Amino acid sequence: MHPGGGPAHAHGHDDHHELGFWRKYVFSIDHKVIGIQYTITGLLFLLFGFTLMMIMRWQLAYPGRPIPLIGMWLGQDRAPMGIMLPEFYNQLGAMHGTIMVFMGVVPLAVGGFGNFVMPLQIGAPDMAFPKLNMVSYWVYFLGGMTMLASFFPKGGAAQSGWTSYPPLAVIAPGQTMWLIGMVFLITSSLLGSVNFIVTIVQLRTKGLSWMRLPFFVWAQLVTAFLLLLAFPPLEAAGVLQLMDRLAGTSFFMPSGLVISGKPMLIAGNGNPLLWQHLFWFLAHPEVYVLILPAMGIVAEIIANNTRKPLWGYKALVYSVSFLGFMSFVVWAHHMYMTGMGTTMSAFFQTTTMIISVPSVVILTALLLSLWGASIRFNTPMLFALAFLPMFGIGGLTGLPLGLAPSDIHLHDTYYVIGHFHYVVAPGTIFALFAGVYYWFPKATGRKMNEMLGAIHFWGSFICINIVFMPMFIQGLGGMNRRMYDGGMQYAHNKELLKYNVIIGMAAWTLGLVQIPFIINFFASMKWGKVVDKNPWQATTLEWLAPSPPGHGNFVTAPVVYRGPYEYSVPGAATDFSPSFEEKA
Amino acid sequence: MHSDQESIKKTIRAYWMIGAALFMFTAITVAVNQVHLAVPMAITVALIIAITKGSMVASVFMHLSHERKWIYGALILTVIGFIVLMTVPMFTMMDHIGTPIRVAAPAVEHGGH
Amino acid sequence: MSMEIPYIVEERPDTGLTNGKLGIWLFLASEVMLFGALFSTYIILRMGAPEWPHGELNVWLGMANTFILIASSVTMVMAWASLKLGDFGKHRLYLLGTFLLSAAFLVNKYFEYSSHWTRGELPSHSTFLAIYFTLTGLHGLHILGGMIVMAYFLGPGAKLYTKNPGQFTNRIEYTGLYWHFVDLVWIFLFPVLYLL
Repeated sequence: MHPGGGPAHAHGHDDHHELGFWRKYVFSIDHKVIGIQYTITGLLFLLFGFTLMMIMRWQLAYPGRPIPLIGMWLGQDRAPMGIMLPEFYNQLGAMHGTIMVFMGVVPLAVGGFGNFVMPLQIGAPDMAFPKLNMVSYWVYFLGGMTMLASFFPKGGAAQSGWTSYPPLAVIAPGQTMWLIGMVFLITSSLLGSVNFIVTIVQLRTKGLSWMRLPFFVWAQLVTAFLLLLAFPPLEAAGVLQLMDRLAGTSFFMPSGLVISGKPMLIAGNGNPLLWQHLFWFLAHPEVYVLILPAMGIVAEIIANNTRKPLWGYKALVYSVSFLGFMSFVVWAHHMYMTGMGTTMSAFFQTTTMIISVPSVVILTALLLSLWGASIRFNTPMLFALAFLPMFGIGGLTGLPLGLAPSDIHLHDTYYVIGHFHYVVAPGTIFALFAGVYYWFPKATGRKMNEMLGAIHFWGSFICINIVFMPMFIQGLGGMNRRMYDGGMQYAHNKELLKYNVIIGMAAWTLGLVQIPFIINFFASMKWGKVVDKNPWQATTLEWLAPSPPGHGNFVTAPVVYRGPYEYSVPGAATDFSPSFEEKA
Repeated sequence: MHSDQESIKKTIRAYWMIGAALFMFTAITVAVNQVHLAVPMAITVALIIAITKGSMVASVFMHLSHERKWIYGALILTVIGFIVLMTVPMFTMMDHIGTPIRVAAPAVEHGGH
Repeated sequence: MSMEIPYIVEERPDTGLTNGKLGIWLFLASEVMLFGALFSTYIILRMGAPEWPHGELNVWLGMANTFILIASSVTMVMAWASLKLGDFGKHRLYLLGTFLLSAAFLVNKYFEYSSHWTRGELPSHSTFLAIYFTLTGLHGLHILGGMIVMAYFLGPGAKLYTKNPGQFTNRIEYTGLYWHFVDLVWIFLFPVLYLL
């Protein structure tokens, strides 16, 4: 892809010198290049995090058996004779979560799609602060490298869960680099969120009023506010935990702590719950950061492939805004088991139930958009359609977790794992795949192959359900999470462990089925079918720019004449009336 | 906002006056502290003075008193988030089930570990 | 339309904002949450402590620093006002004054910190000292950051004034907003840590 190569640039300036390789492809300040950098890095981290999980699944399916293929290469302190040590399992678990959430999904959804698509969709020449954008990417990259490097020192990577609860996280190995990596990643997100909000507020082109914005842009705006206001407390908490580890402070370390029979010589009077509050204050809005861009992507693709306007645009906008606001007051539903009294527990249960309403409104609006539609079943649409029931399952299974009485039984079991994976994996990640197939032609000028896309979709859809559906059964049966052998010593787990075999097989098959996607992604860049600027006959602004867009995106500043989803307008010549064309 | 010399000069006068007021309130806050009030009262008085000083800095130095809607909107959201962050964790710890266990901190010479 | 980003110097008509103005306020919003988390930490730790120390900090030094920082806020806003009046020389004087006052603040802090360290009062000693060092330390880092930006605008960054005075003036305004925020945090830090 050569984002600088399109025929688009206007010559209003005298600074049209050709940029060298480093300024054009590596330290570029062009949002499209940065978006592609985020996308490729994010996809690579997703693949790596997925690989960690595939190794974990071996241990769960066949506890104590040597890991095939790579077992002998892992070394004595991870897997002596190829058999996984519990410490290594914990590292895999903690890093799988961290990498997928902070280095995979969010950079891809926000850094990748947000950066590439959003300025195009609002008719802007670039982001408001292009140099800041570049800095955001490289700080993310540094954070990612720090996280990867954390596997190598003695003691290994972080192994106290992606949640890093003290006191364990303060005394366990691997956390220091994890915390430093997190500080980098959080800083990158903060800088990015400022950029996104200013760009959307200030750089909308002429005629693009708020209620004419594509839903994708609304979703990115709310997401940016969540990142802006919710991340700083975790950054502060990360520094505090670093001080507990390195400076001997007791922010989170209680008095009277005894470890392996020896009392800890610290000042004490710290509070482990303080970490939980500061962590979840971010981490709950974080899960909405994971889902909102995905909803935005799905909305765009559904509107385009139903050849109808989205049902309930206003409801979608109000719901997503309300959702963002509510996400700040529900966090302690992750903490029902910490000894909270009934008053505060009732408060959080109430807010959690309330927040499910806008999610349902959004899902319903997207479902109703299918009514009476002329559906085109291309690859992006397959993934977008699958998102709907998958997100539905994920959301519904959240309800018993959001209510304290049922949460008592389900907390920290595989039910939780099933719940959140349904939302993020066949939910968000499917939406991200849909986005890749949908916007690939804009970025490269070529379409991805439909046959490979179909194999990727059906394979993934079937396997991913086989992976996560049994987890609800395991969780309801009381099987706890984060146990390196699945919990073999507990009698209540005996009947449940057998599911781990089929889950493992489905997970490895799911891995295999990503290969057609990887091949498709790279091969189509060279040999994909060449397309013009609007191959999907879409109505939003990004399809006015050339494929790929040149520096500055649009030859002349576009003007918006109507709403974003004017499909099948009665009396129009074609079944789509682009927002950038004066005549319908 | 300011675009002509006269109004800028008037605002400059305001800056110096606010500066003097801030000095005065600082002295007051230290003086009040010398009177040993009960803790809840002391906290209330200190916070009131601090909020007064802060509002002066925000509205005059940072010209928040005539800013735009978008800035107000972002700040209102932030203030709500700030208040939630200040109060809710405290409430969850005040409202707890069971009997709290009190453990005396072990005697620590230099706090090393 | 070329690749130029609009609304760097002139305001966008419907929002009334420049990009940088909105950007710096959003950044300050995130900073409110950052310091907010530390204030929340202070509250929780104080609630959980059997006793909270008093008299360990030097109130007079803290008060002196408060005066210094307030004065620096005045000089900072004057640095911007001078630009609006077109007086570049006065602007540089006031900006230098702000820089020197900030340095004085940090020198005082250095004396404070070293007096604690020599008496063995380290962050690991008690939760009070831990939160004191963290809050003032983070605040001090912000002062340092501000000084670096000021040094840039006193030094190589001043060239922008001749090329694009409007943009330079705006950048000084944004620096000022950041600086007043740093002052604002100290206005709360001082009574909370030193007095209460």
